[in-house]
Amino acid sequence: MKTAASSPRPMSPSLMTRIGAPISVMIAGALALLIVGCALMASWIAPYDPTDLASFELINAELPPAFTAEGDSHFLLGTDNQGRDLLSAMLYGARVSIAIGGGAVLVAATLGVILGLLAGYFGGKVDAVIMRIADVILSFPTILLALLVSGIARALFPGAATAEWAPVILICAIAIHEWVQYARTVRAATMVETAKDYVRAAKVIGLPPSRIMLRHILPNVMSPVLVIATINLAAAVLTEATLSFLGVGMPPTYPSLGTLIRIGNEFVFSGIWWIALFPALTLVILVLAVNIVGDWLRDRFNPKLRVKR
Amino acid sequence: MKPRLALCLSVAIGALMGFAAEAKTLRWSSPTDLTTLDPYAHTESFTTSMLHHVFDPLVRRSRNLELEPALAVSWKTVRPDTWRFELRRNVKFHNGNPFTADDVVASINRLLDPGARARGNISTVTGAQKVDDYTVDITTKGPYPLLLNDLAGVYIMDKEWMEANDALKPGNIATGVTTAASSTAVGTGPFKVESYKPDAGTVFVVNPDWWDKTQHNLDRIEFKPIKSDATRVAALLSGELDLIAPAPLQDLQRISGSSGFKVIEEPSLRLIMLSLSFRPELKAMPGQKNPQLDLKVRQAMWHAIDFEAIKKRVMRDRSRNTGTLVAPPVPGYSKDNDKPFGYDLDKAKKLLTEAGYPNGFKTKLNCPNDRYINDEQICVAIASMWTKVGIQTELQTESRATYFPRQDRHEFDVSMVGWATLPPMDGFSVLSSLLTEQKEGYGGSNSGAYSNPQIEELTRKAAVELDEEKRRAMLVEALKVARDTVAYIPVHQQPVAWAIRDGVEVPQFPDEYVRLWFATVK
Repeated sequence: MKTAASSPRPMSPSLMTRIGAPISVMIAGALALLIVGCALMASWIAPYDPTDLASFELINAELPPAFTAEGDSHFLLGTDNQGRDLLSAMLYGARVSIAIGGGAVLVAATLGVILGLLAGYFGGKVDAVIMRIADVILSFPTILLALLVSGIARALFPGAATAEWAPVILICAIAIHEWVQYARTVRAATMVETAKDYVRAAKVIGLPPSRIMLRHILPNVMSPVLVIATINLAAAVLTEATLSFLGVGMPPTYPSLGTLIRIGNEFVFSGIWWIALFPALTLVILVLAVNIVGDWLRDRFNPKLRVKR
Repeated sequence: MKPRLALCLSVAIGALMGFAAEAKTLRWSSPTDLTTLDPYAHTESFTTSMLHHVFDPLVRRSRNLELEPALAVSWKTVRPDTWRFELRRNVKFHNGNPFTADDVVASINRLLDPGARARGNISTVTGAQKVDDYTVDITTKGPYPLLLNDLAGVYIMDKEWMEANDALKPGNIATGVTTAASSTAVGTGPFKVESYKPDAGTVFVVNPDWWDKTQHNLDRIEFKPIKSDATRVAALLSGELDLIAPAPLQDLQRISGSSGFKVIEEPSLRLIMLSLSFRPELKAMPGQKNPQLDLKVRQAMWHAIDFEAIKKRVMRDRSRNTGTLVAPPVPGYSKDNDKPFGYDLDKAKKLLTEAGYPNGFKTKLNCPNDRYINDEQICVAIASMWTKVGIQTELQTESRATYFPRQDRHEFDVSMVGWATLPPMDGFSVLSSLLTEQKEGYGGSNSGAYSNPQIEELTRKAAVELDEEKRRAMLVEALKVARDTVAYIPVHQQPVAWAIRDGVEVPQFPDEYVRLWFATVK
């Protein structure tokens, strides 16, 4: 009671000024959190479990959304071509997409940071080898390389397209291109740090290189990595959707957003618009929101871009 | 999505005005591409139908699908097991080499090689001997009634070219063997291959020196595989294509409603079925006995599928559900065999319980996603239906480029098969390729290793039975055994639905072959 009376000042403006984010970023952040949150809680909030093959009936296929004239109130956003509830499929699909996107960013960042540190710290041959590999990889477009990797994986392991292994393959296929950005950024920052006195001092007192890299240099080169990771998350989700759209992603019984759009795409000419539209909208909003947040983070953490106050 | 749609629309508007310019080119698309240019390296009827534009067989199908002379002008049986063919004179291959008996002998020998994937297409042929430059004897294992049907699918290749390019041995898509013939096709047919780019497009140009009177008016055929249904329809409607085959069932209404386009449709000879593994173990349950070996389990699997729902929802009422493994026009068909088991969940559960699997079992279902009409959708529906009776089905769909070689290597527990009895157009091909053990040239596509002594015997008897009525009775009897023992689960007879723009005339055939030497373009 006392606290309620003694805090007349509204909370939100102070929060906003403290973060210093414009309103568009706040909205984008909230939307991204909402979609990610819903996706993570898919098992609890989805009306049906679309991954359970016994849960849907073919006879319910292609029902339009509930708010249209022929809609069925059981299926808020309608059903897909198999009779799956589209809303549930989207929630589970978003979870798959985000998990793969997040996984790819994690793998790429880890790999990129380690290789960047090694290249920047040791220089010379180590640097040359790592950076030439990076150059070769950069000369391939992301999608092409990802298609190549998943294609080879499918040819080598017959089980690669199953629900258990497809995400792993997808994560590797995306990460194999994305690590280069981290490696280049970290390498540049590491070279700058390595020349500084505190690193020299650490060398002089005989600390092992691994300790210098991890305990001394790494904390000082991490902030750009976080920014790249945010922006890459959106790109990774999009790459996953593209691969699934092209049919080399998640299996049809365990759809991701991209798989749902691919299924829906077959029907856009037949008047069954909702199967493609809703997953596509979700993907667009998610990617846009994460990108806006990522852009703002970049501006904020990059002192050169920061406006003087 | 959005830029794609916008692009499609703008292309559509832009191209609606600009047909007239390239009058004699026919541009068309299908979801699948040619697997290879080597006619003996595969058994896919789509590739066979494409290669028919480049190669000629000794006998071919006429416009009414009857057998008529092609590279052979006449034939007679000199002994019950020997046929003598009189060859057409003054025929030249695309490279200018003359066509002679040596080419026929070399081609037959190439196909008889155990390494040829299409070896089973002439399982009863034992050899070919040159009599003189324009006469060839072909010998069979015994009296064989279907030799001409079989030869309609044997394209004649140029011996000199094969010798010069080290291609006398056949390729095989199952084992991955390729030769110069896998990417170059030198035949005697109405068209020559100008360029072949796998998955990107194939261009054919007319062969002005074709031996036959041309009925088409084409100079050029541009083929481009487009896997996505919506993209293929958009390309047709935007004027980028003249023909799409097949046209997606969900879009037929929309296409026939657009002015300037029409849909042509008829039942296909092709039956879709599920091949069941009869091996000791399933890949899904290593170390345990294969439940599918139990007849009751197989009956339950059939009863558990609601084929009416698949017909209504997935096929939009354009397929025909079937209980047997051949289509009605094909010899060997009988009404009595053509009775589906019927959808009965309780019965399916009861049968599973009786077989000792009250809680079901695990299996894997593998399907192509770009070969048969709505193949992936059918398989998702079946996986869902089986899961409801307790058969936990792990579904995997993939492109035919990887699917068929894997099927040939027998990697599947349950897999989708489409069989149109081609090239012979006779029920015997179901017996000799799908229902017999893999030996002596038989059982070439029996990927589930089904085996039944009664069918083995009937097949061998039917192979040498010259009395057509008795022969058909044997086919019917064998197909009855196949149905009673649930050798395969028939899904349906699929429709042939094509969409063309006005001004294009293409005859349609129930064997789904696109025969563009009968096509005219305005």
